Amino acid sequence: MTGQAPSITRVTEPRDVAIVAVSQTDSHRSYLEGEPTLIMQCVNDLLARTGLDRDALEFTIAGSCDYLSGMPFAFVANIDGVGAWPPVYESHVEMDGAWALNEAWFRLQCGDIDTALVIGSGKSSPGRPREVFPLQTDPYTMAPLGLDPVSMAGIQARALVDAGLATEADFAEIVSRSRRNALANPHAQVANDTSVKDLLAEPYFAAPLRRHDLPPISDGAAAVILVAGDRAREIAERPAWIRGLDHRIESHHPGLRDLTTSASTALAAKHAGVANGPIDVAEVMVNYSPEEVVLRNALGIPPGEGGAVVNPSGGPLAGHPVMATGLVRFVEVAQRIFDGSADRGVAHASSGPCLQQNLVCVLEGEA
Amino acid sequence: MARRSAVVGIGQTKYSKRAKDQSIDGLVREAAIKALDDAGMTFADIDAIVIGKAPDALEGVMMPELSLADALGAVGKPIHRVHTAGSVGASTAITGATMVESGRYDKVLVVCYEKQSDGNATWALSGGRSGGQGAGGTFAPWIRSYISRSGAPEHIGWKVAVKDRLNALRNPNAHLHLKDISIEKVKESPMLWDPLHFLESCPSSDGAAAVVIGSEEVALAAPTTPAWIIAHAKRTEFGSFPGRDTVRPQAGVDCSAALYKKAGITNPLTQIDCAELYVPFSWYEPMWLEGHGIMPEGEGWKLTDSGATELTGSFPVNPSGGVLSSNPIGASGMIRCLEAANQVRGTAGDYQVDGARVALGHAYGGAAQYFAMWIVSSDPDPVFS
Repeated sequence: MTGQAPSITRVTEPRDVAIVAVSQTDSHRSYLEGEPTLIMQCVNDLLARTGLDRDALEFTIAGSCDYLSGMPFAFVANIDGVGAWPPVYESHVEMDGAWALNEAWFRLQCGDIDTALVIGSGKSSPGRPREVFPLQTDPYTMAPLGLDPVSMAGIQARALVDAGLATEADFAEIVSRSRRNALANPHAQVANDTSVKDLLAEPYFAAPLRRHDLPPISDGAAAVILVAGDRAREIAERPAWIRGLDHRIESHHPGLRDLTTSASTALAAKHAGVANGPIDVAEVMVNYSPEEVVLRNALGIPPGEGGAVVNPSGGPLAGHPVMATGLVRFVEVAQRIFDGSADRGVAHASSGPCLQQNLVCVLEGEA
Repeated sequence: MARRSAVVGIGQTKYSKRAKDQSIDGLVREAAIKALDDAGMTFADIDAIVIGKAPDALEGVMMPELSLADALGAVGKPIHRVHTAGSVGASTAITGATMVESGRYDKVLVVCYEKQSDGNATWALSGGRSGGQGAGGTFAPWIRSYISRSGAPEHIGWKVAVKDRLNALRNPNAHLHLKDISIEKVKESPMLWDPLHFLESCPSSDGAAAVVIGSEEVALAAPTTPAWIIAHAKRTEFGSFPGRDTVRPQAGVDCSAALYKKAGITNPLTQIDCAELYVPFSWYEPMWLEGHGIMPEGEGWKLTDSGATELTGSFPVNPSGGVLSSNPIGASGMIRCLEAANQVRGTAGDYQVDGARVALGHAYGGAAQYFAMWIVSSDPDPVFS
């Protein structure tokens, strides 16, 4: 063994990586079979769509959460759906599948492999989300209070109203539009055409939130295939190229944050280059309707004529398979780039109470 | 092309049965600050943070990257969370290396922890079901199968249990400091899962471990000797199917083969100077020596029996004392990886292997179905002959 003076390697331009195929299950209120079955549906669908063999996918990474099914190591069973024989090069994040996609992007940047399978899956129906999610909060100062996501979203909504940044009618408009959009989404769980007036006539659930301001409880999965370089063009007619990808987190303590803004989304959007061109479509992880107000501002996509279409799928208000919800945003944007209805889009995912952590990706099609 | 990456800072808490005076935040922050100090950095220098731990149910904190963001200096930065069962510590280290190799980040802080005293590890390791068999109950039949296949004598397990605890006496961070450990004591300790005695099993520990992984520029400017990450590999297989070889899982064979190929290693026994293998139960030392191509099938136990895996032997295994002496599960794989780095940096203190230049860090998890490994070296371009 001989020592050598190392040569300095410089950062090169990021490798071009694209989403070439997408799949999602329906958003189910209660899917009675196991989570691996949901995953297998997506994986088999992707293989059929691309004509690729399972062993052509060089790296696999999944996102899921043990706590949703109430079983430590629940993700281990999920590899039954992933397909892991012969053995596969694989990893797992205890995060939304959007963060699995982020890690896959890093891995493909290394240049020695060209293809990756990314999965997100979750079943919220077996538990009670309002009792499970307080376990996300600080175990010493917050979790004992049992502060749940609905109450937290209510606090955020109240901050918006008090600051004069939104009204309850604005929240109802977001719900009305999202669920009307969902009528065209075959995977949506909640789709209807209800007027703002009718929505505002409903009682409060966690004031100023009404029940319709909340996402449904959902089970589901999503998966995408990422391919680097020219191979992407061989598999997809119009790949959805990842042009910018970043995520940031804020303080965990809501009292230390301005809940009317999302500094982490704005920072991630800046690093992802959202403002570098016009945005045709944005799929934004709006779990609670007031979050759309906060996220539009942070992403720099204000409402109004000629702006980006936000959540044409209906967004999480129409279906919220936790741990896949963020990855579904990528699926919806990529689908619109594949079919030519959009040239440049934003996919957004969030995690934690009151939008604590946010991921932003810019996807583009070629002319 | 992937850039080079290197371990430029290492930090560990003392491992213990119960970290009575520390919160989870305190544990991870202590390890992180020690690693940053070692690297000559502060939180402000760090581009991104990765955390890893075993199931959230061990402490009852769901997706703890959220509640630990403040303690880890992550506010305004990316923080990522890995979970690949028992292999998670090594997987997390590999993810950190990948983030640097990708060209995106220059300085990544990687922190793994477990505070097992906050929960019931055997319950959690049984999938959250009461009356579960725990990890020992899963592995014992496969160990019996190994013994039957290899014809290994029963004292091999006792020998590993003593060797790792003697090594731990040299490691101030080790949880177990069993000063009077002996073959007699091991074989007279209660039988937990035949053939595993109490003293052939890992403890349940609290603790955190951290590394700072830097790019080549960062490593060359670091105040201490970097441990260059020469290669890493991961493989996963189903935990149960007819015909599965649970003694020598194919994923482990494939993982080490891919690792050695990437590193340019053709004879691991002679070209690797020491190894930190994930050995939570004594018999896994010979099983992984065979399962990872270091010894031919059926002969791993002979290397152990010869004394070669002792600190002064030709192929020291677990000079730090290993998982048998400290086991904060989510950090245990990371500890293997960072102790391998300690060896090649020459910073292993009283358990330093003389002249170690190339070391293996390894972890496995689930039903011996997840594997994650890396090779580190004091030389950024080791040439093997």
